[in-house]
Amino acid sequence: MAKNTKGFPLTHVLGFIASLVLTFVALFVALKTSLSFKTIIWVIGSLAVIQAALQLFMFMHLNEGEDGKSNIINIASGVFIAFVAVAGSIWVMSFGM
Amino acid sequence: MMSRINWHDFFIVGNPLILGSQIAILLTMIGVVAGVTYLKKWKWLWREWLTTVDHKRIGIMYILSGVLMFFRGGVDGLLMKAQTSRPELKFLDAQHYNEIFTTHGVIMILFAAMPLLIGIMNVVVPLQIGARDVAFPQLNALSFWLFFAGAMLFNISFVIGGSPDAGWTAYFPLAGKEFTPGIGNNYYAIALQIAGIGTLMTGINFVVTVLKMRTKGMGLMKMPMFTWTSFIASVIIVSAFPIFTVALALMTFDRIFGTHFFTLSAGGMDMMWVNLFWLWGHPEVYIVVLPAFGMFSEIISTFSHKQLFGYKSMVFSIVGIAALSMLVWVHHFFTMGSGPAVNSVFSITTMMIAIPTGVKMFNWLFTMRKGRIQFTTAMLWALAFVPCFIIGGVTGVMLAMGAADYQYHNTLFLVAHFHYVLIPGVVFAVFGALYYWWPKMFGHMLNEKLGKIHFWLFVIGFNVTFMPMFFLGLDGAVRRAYTFSAESGFAPLFLVSAIGAVILAAGFAVLCYNIYWSARYADRNISNDPWDARTLEWATSSPVQFYNFAKQPEVKSIDAFWYMKKHNEGLTLKEEEIEEIHMPSNSGLPFYMGVIFGIAGFLLVFEWKIAALVATVGILAGLIVRSFDYNDGFHVKVDEIKQIEKAWRGKDKGVNNHVS
Amino acid sequence: MSANVNTALPLEYQTEQNRMNILGFWIFLGAEIILFGTLFATFSVLNARYAGGPTPHDLFEIKGVMIETILLLTSSFTMGLAIFEMRRSNRNGLILWFVITLLLGAGFVFFEVTEFIHYVHEGATWTTSAFLSSFFVLLGTHGLHVSMGIGWATMVIIQLLRRGLTPVTARKTFIIGLYWHFLDVVWIFIFTFVYLARMVA
Repeated sequence: MAKNTKGFPLTHVLGFIASLVLTFVALFVALKTSLSFKTIIWVIGSLAVIQAALQLFMFMHLNEGEDGKSNIINIASGVFIAFVAVAGSIWVMSFGM
Repeated sequence: MMSRINWHDFFIVGNPLILGSQIAILLTMIGVVAGVTYLKKWKWLWREWLTTVDHKRIGIMYILSGVLMFFRGGVDGLLMKAQTSRPELKFLDAQHYNEIFTTHGVIMILFAAMPLLIGIMNVVVPLQIGARDVAFPQLNALSFWLFFAGAMLFNISFVIGGSPDAGWTAYFPLAGKEFTPGIGNNYYAIALQIAGIGTLMTGINFVVTVLKMRTKGMGLMKMPMFTWTSFIASVIIVSAFPIFTVALALMTFDRIFGTHFFTLSAGGMDMMWVNLFWLWGHPEVYIVVLPAFGMFSEIISTFSHKQLFGYKSMVFSIVGIAALSMLVWVHHFFTMGSGPAVNSVFSITTMMIAIPTGVKMFNWLFTMRKGRIQFTTAMLWALAFVPCFIIGGVTGVMLAMGAADYQYHNTLFLVAHFHYVLIPGVVFAVFGALYYWWPKMFGHMLNEKLGKIHFWLFVIGFNVTFMPMFFLGLDGAVRRAYTFSAESGFAPLFLVSAIGAVILAAGFAVLCYNIYWSARYADRNISNDPWDARTLEWATSSPVQFYNFAKQPEVKSIDAFWYMKKHNEGLTLKEEEIEEIHMPSNSGLPFYMGVIFGIAGFLLVFEWKIAALVATVGILAGLIVRSFDYNDGFHVKVDEIKQIEKAWRGKDKGVNNHVS
Repeated sequence: MSANVNTALPLEYQTEQNRMNILGFWIFLGAEIILFGTLFATFSVLNARYAGGPTPHDLFEIKGVMIETILLLTSSFTMGLAIFEMRRSNRNGLILWFVITLLLGAGFVFFEVTEFIHYVHEGATWTTSAFLSSFFVLLGTHGLHVSMGIGWATMVIIQLLRRGLTPVTARKTFIIGLYWHFLDVVWIFIFTFVYLARMVA
């Protein structure tokens, strides 16, 4: 990446606006619609994942630098294992307790 | 608010064994202080060891700690075997037996195996990649001192306050305050937490070291296999230890602050502890076994005088094992009621791990095939590993079948299985690695004759101890039981097993004697490459110069040092090639952090929360000091490098007093 | 360590040691993802176990949650602006946006602490039920991370004032920037799965 010579933080502003939009859409879907609970969870969950990915790339510049690829592999595997921990725990713990 | 500590139980009294230990500990501490003072070595100790950031020194401290802890864990094992040698013995009562099998497990896995493996990783990996240290030397020292603080905290439990007694797995609700109101299990939660933080930092350190500090020409697929396994083990550490951090924290909150994560009341779920513990616990066993596999790869290829067979498939297997290791954890609690769907999935993932492991096994055998095998002590350990580990592995596949596991679970069959993978897998590897890399660490070799006696006693003792336990388990003998009846019919095999343990102990004693004998009598005039080995760590002096390499080597192939020898490239050093070397400075901060974490931990164990909070301020103070520390190390002058290099490069290459 | 200095790169990436520190921190963040993941797993399993005590419907109020969310999200944005100014070698702009970030962060912590105190007054403490234990520990861990981040950032600001923009201070600033952004990423999931999901109409 090059040092910043341009004067306006465009990616940051766009990222911020997009995050705000995603946040308020999720708020609306959860509290102001009458979709089924399952649908709402899937929608707001997806919005969360999108916003997180957006922030990882636009705010944190996840793929920046000579280690950009390593960073992506590292974060992706962290996310995968966190997912296994969450989904796995819910599944394993869901019987007869 | 004063805790519910019974001040009567602060110092454990009334038991002759424990009283003897308290006196022994006190005398040893006084003896060490007196000895160091008499020899006027305090400054030396501080400068050379307590404040070092040198990965080789840190590695040696880890190894020394691991050997001492192995002794303690071994004594625990011997006590257990003594108690169960005959039916209905009254040598140890149930409470003490519970404490002993708990400390045996915790110490062997977390305070013996882990430091031994991490210690060897510390000494060897930077050298194998042609680097001068790890990526974060001061963090490395911090990792050691946090481990040490955790280990010391755990070890004083049996003389102050009482040991944890709910098994190394600390299942709730037994490990909770309702059923175990003393503070013993507080030691478990807090000491392991402190040591675990150190381990997590080691994981991060080695991932960055391997990714960023390899010498010129060493692509990932040219690294030695021990470096690969250490790298992948470090990746697993980074993935799994945060889970343990959370689990232990929740345990601490439940026990000391009254929360309801794993309690029986107010909605807690005791099975959730089991779930979280094994989410960490299973990857943990691969953290210990993968570096061990790497050690075997080095030893087998060196002493078969042949390049490791199937390098690529070895790498893929290691990665496959690591990925799968995060997906099998439920096999530790098939019987806990998750149902057939869950159990089936985890049975399949568990059995799948046998495949890459099998690939590695075949690759080792093919390495030996048509090689020129040299039966050194290190190689003997690798050879014994193959059949013994296979027994452990196939009994693991038996256990992996969820439905069948209902018969085996928590019997001695299970205990025999995991000792048959852990001891041949990890302990044999560590012993082999010690014999192999000892000259590199200390500048002399361990005596081979004594080594062989150590080997035979230990391997025979191991099999005599644990083979009967398969059959005891199939007959119905359960684990964690302090005695058994005469009518059960278990007595003969228990006795055989106990005798085996004595032989094991004798083997370990020979190792200790070997270390002493070799330190005293072994020839110091040895080659830098006594085994005619293949990897870069042997391209240094024995012991290694503090800066590792005057000129970092350039790598052209796998087995980089072998290539250098074969093609006579890069072995000589020209004076004009020597440049100043930038090295990191020593620091007393890691030692301080170890001490302050130990104090804070001790106070929290006794539930003196305000005092622990005050001590935590001391921890924060350390972090602040570190943030403002701009010490950037020092430069080693060319003249000094020249002197050191001249000294070792001109030496006679003969080896004396190295008895084969 | 040779001087593997590449002056074409932004200041914080210029030396080899800097690049290693930054990579090391990303790996630490990977570990933190798993740490928070485990806390989420615990919350997911325990979050409906109220033991007859207060439920989310009894306690959660959307207004406070939205204030906290906007404060933290904006602080992540202003942290990005701070790093942007750093890359333009504008030390004063960097410090200005950095301080604004910390003020917003402190505001977040203030509202969160107020929220917790309110719950405690309603009889909902972390010893009341499994739901509340897991709620307070998940949120508390996040809040503690933010608080420690404010302390850490303060130390970095002091070093920036004392030493100016050097490769080392730039690296330290960049790393705490990553840390700060990360805490907002975690909050996205707290906002979604702890609050919104439990406040569905």
